[in-house]
Amino acid sequence: MTKYILKRILIAIPVLIGITVIDYAIMCLAGSPLEMLQGPRISEAAVEAKAIALGLDQPFYVQYFVWLGQLLQGNLGYSIKNYQPVGEMIASHLGPTLLLMGVSLVVSILLAVPAGIYSAIHQYSKGDYTVVTLSFLGSSIPGFFLAMLLIYLFTVKLGWLPSGGMTTLGTNGGFLDVAVHMVMPVIVLAVSMAGTNIRYIRSAVLEILQQDYLRTARAKGIGRFLVINKHALRNALIPIVTVIGMEIPVLFGGSIIVEEVFSWPGLGLMTMTAITNRDYPVIMGVCLLSAVVVLVGNLITDILYAVADPTIQLQ
Amino acid sequence: MELMRVENLKKYYDIRGGIVTHTIGQVRAVDGVDFSIQEGEILGLVGESGCGKSTLGQLLAGLLVPTEGTVYYQGKELSLHPKKRAADGKLALKDVRTEIQMVFQDSYSSLNPRKHVYEILAQPMLYHKLATKDTIEKELKRLLELVGLPSAALSKYPHEFSGGQRQRIGIAKALSLKPKLIVCDEPVSALDVSIQAQILNLILELQKELGLTCLFIAHGLGAVRYVSDRVAVMYLGKIVELGAARELFFHPAHPYTKALTQAVPIPNPTKRPAEEMILQGEAASAVHPPKGCRFHTRCPYARPSCGKEEPGLLPLPHNKDHFVACPYAKQLSQE
Amino acid sequence: MTKKKDITNETYMQTVLRRFRAHRLAKISLVVFVVLCAAALLAPVIAPYDPDEIVGAFSAPPSREFLLGTDQIGRDVFSRLLYATRVSLLVGVLATLISTVIGVVLGLIAGYFGGVADMILMRFTDMVMSFPYILLVLVAAAIFRPGLWSIILILGFVDWPGVARLVRGNVLSLRETNFVKGNLVAGMPLRHILFSEILPNTVAPILVYATSVMALSMLDEAALSFLGMGVQPPTASLGNMLNGAQSITVLTKQPWLWLPPGILIVVLVISINFIGDALRDALDPSGGK
Repeated sequence: MTKYILKRILIAIPVLIGITVIDYAIMCLAGSPLEMLQGPRISEAAVEAKAIALGLDQPFYVQYFVWLGQLLQGNLGYSIKNYQPVGEMIASHLGPTLLLMGVSLVVSILLAVPAGIYSAIHQYSKGDYTVVTLSFLGSSIPGFFLAMLLIYLFTVKLGWLPSGGMTTLGTNGGFLDVAVHMVMPVIVLAVSMAGTNIRYIRSAVLEILQQDYLRTARAKGIGRFLVINKHALRNALIPIVTVIGMEIPVLFGGSIIVEEVFSWPGLGLMTMTAITNRDYPVIMGVCLLSAVVVLVGNLITDILYAVADPTIQLQ
Repeated sequence: MELMRVENLKKYYDIRGGIVTHTIGQVRAVDGVDFSIQEGEILGLVGESGCGKSTLGQLLAGLLVPTEGTVYYQGKELSLHPKKRAADGKLALKDVRTEIQMVFQDSYSSLNPRKHVYEILAQPMLYHKLATKDTIEKELKRLLELVGLPSAALSKYPHEFSGGQRQRIGIAKALSLKPKLIVCDEPVSALDVSIQAQILNLILELQKELGLTCLFIAHGLGAVRYVSDRVAVMYLGKIVELGAARELFFHPAHPYTKALTQAVPIPNPTKRPAEEMILQGEAASAVHPPKGCRFHTRCPYARPSCGKEEPGLLPLPHNKDHFVACPYAKQLSQE
Repeated sequence: MTKKKDITNETYMQTVLRRFRAHRLAKISLVVFVVLCAAALLAPVIAPYDPDEIVGAFSAPPSREFLLGTDQIGRDVFSRLLYATRVSLLVGVLATLISTVIGVVLGLIAGYFGGVADMILMRFTDMVMSFPYILLVLVAAAIFRPGLWSIILILGFVDWPGVARLVRGNVLSLRETNFVKGNLVAGMPLRHILFSEILPNTVAPILVYATSVMALSMLDEAALSFLGMGVQPPTASLGNMLNGAQSITVLTKQPWLWLPPGILIVVLVISINFIGDALRDALDPSGGK
């Protein structure tokens, strides 16, 4: 097992290095961040001085290695826009995003797992069709459109929920205040994830239900409830683990749009601002962070997979 | 006349693994095999599953590149590496490509499910210019007639045929390139017993009619005895006995062959031998083959010396065409 | 039980069609999709007004004159919607085509040749897949000048890893089949093996996968255009028509400006997804139904 984990980590390292290279190459293609500064009020000499100060006059591979060297010392560089250390910026925005993602993940699993299992057990019933159709709807509705529908309904028409932000302005926001602000962003993120996952879990459970060992269990006269709970669900754990693994990149991507629409003060909002400002060090930092999280997520999924399914060959 | 001869042919598969992936072992699927196939004969090749007989077949058909060893085809050395050009006096695989064809075990997967029979058969023939657009129709009909199928079969898809019919198409495909040697890799083991006989008869007829040479691979002696002129018995990557089919079946010299012959069911219970020799256990691993004679771990006649020295494949003193890899074969055959 | 069709002698295509028809939602979806495509294609004929021309009052509610009202600068929403559907479908189809071609080529190479080529390609796929998808698209959209063609190219060049993996997996298993070996023994050239033996047997899964890629790229186009980084006005796309709804007046007081394009995206994407789902069932060779 340790050997397997070590091996997986070793495979991940070149991928990680590759990610930083691709990432940096894309950034270099993007053109200079100084373009944003240019304007009638700034002289050319000032722009040049700034370029030298930022190290932008050096060839890109030098800049890359400088950046990588700093990275290894735990330094992600400084924002070109507001000179804050990128690491600190990420750290200060990470909390709200993790909160949003975590809650959405839990909600989507609480939605998808029972619905998927119900649908599989009652295959071809009316309930199954309803669940599957709804799941298609969930994965076909753009997050921002759902967000607008929710705002229209809950904020404009009913006035129940605040349309954006994390806390009510002027207050420092208690638990309840944050929870109320979270309802709509969580619904949007959870619905789009659950949409895909319901069908995934449904087909995985269907496959398990068709296995011979379940037929044997049923033939032994074990009741339907016991068959499903004792024999099927244990094996359905594996697809559920996979689903959680697949969620991670989706969550990262989804949270950018959701945070933008609901002005949720998290990483997504910060990223959007950085993208529009061409604030490369910040974009690099976020890309790196998310790629690492995705890689680690995949790694954990693979390991959990191996734990949940003893027949998976570790080689 | 000798059509093909192989010398010290070996095929090892690497087992890869470890934290930093590297070769951690080798499966010795075929481990030093020498034999020859005479023109116009059917050479049977039998052995348990995993003994390397299919690997050997694929080596001869040019599907695998041998790890070591030499293959002579019509007296010339043949390079089995698909990309290498032939050196002086050597044949490249490309030069004899159409002359060695193969019939596969699973007739379903040996035909492309998305093509009808016409395409399956015509494409290689047209590519190798064995027929032209004008003559192909006639050629295909002749080919189907040869394997006993109606010409209406041309417009059908593989899934529309029964297992036996599909195997006939598989044989037709192999024949279509006018080969000299056909490697039949367990061509009947996936078929119903009643169909098996039909296909075996077809192979026999075709072999006589067209003067084909055949390597007939099977896991039991039953079918092999029926079609083969000579038989080679393989155990763990090595040939342990080679001789005329009749001779080998009635006077097996190697203890392993003996066990195999007794595994063929005999319908009449009174004719069954009093003392049945039933093999115990599984064949040893091809990753770590036993030292000395590979069979000694399961051989009821094993002596201490068997685990030390590896016996060579040598002719029996009273029959120079019967080869056995067991130093005690003579004594055993008289018991 | 009134009549039982003889299904033993039908061709593959007949089987596929029969199974597809059994999927009721997909049948409806197909009709809806075809109608929407036709409407989009015939936009110049159907549209009552020029989509980019100011023809009426600002933000007029739906009336007999303007079926879906007018937008903030007085353009006809219905006409814009027809042209927007055109643009969104164009993005979906072309992005899917590009990513499928890239994915198929790379997947064939990785799967068939294996070894170093496979390792490098698959590691590269891992890298691309590790970036959160939207982040990658957003960064790319920020770098290149936003617009219709850059969005098509960006989505096309980002979506291929899934196809590549799918094709590679299929090729790996097909490479070991006897019919491929048989053609190798028959001395058929590489191009025949790859394009005539292997590729036709992976078309079904690629097709199914392509439908989901198309659905996803249409969603992504909408999201990007909504954020102002996709198709740029005055060209209408379903996403950038929703962009205006970020303003609170539009959202609260002028639902005719943002509900129709939003609903249209949902309808288009869901029908593509249903069609894909039915195709998956219909093309599945193991499905007994």
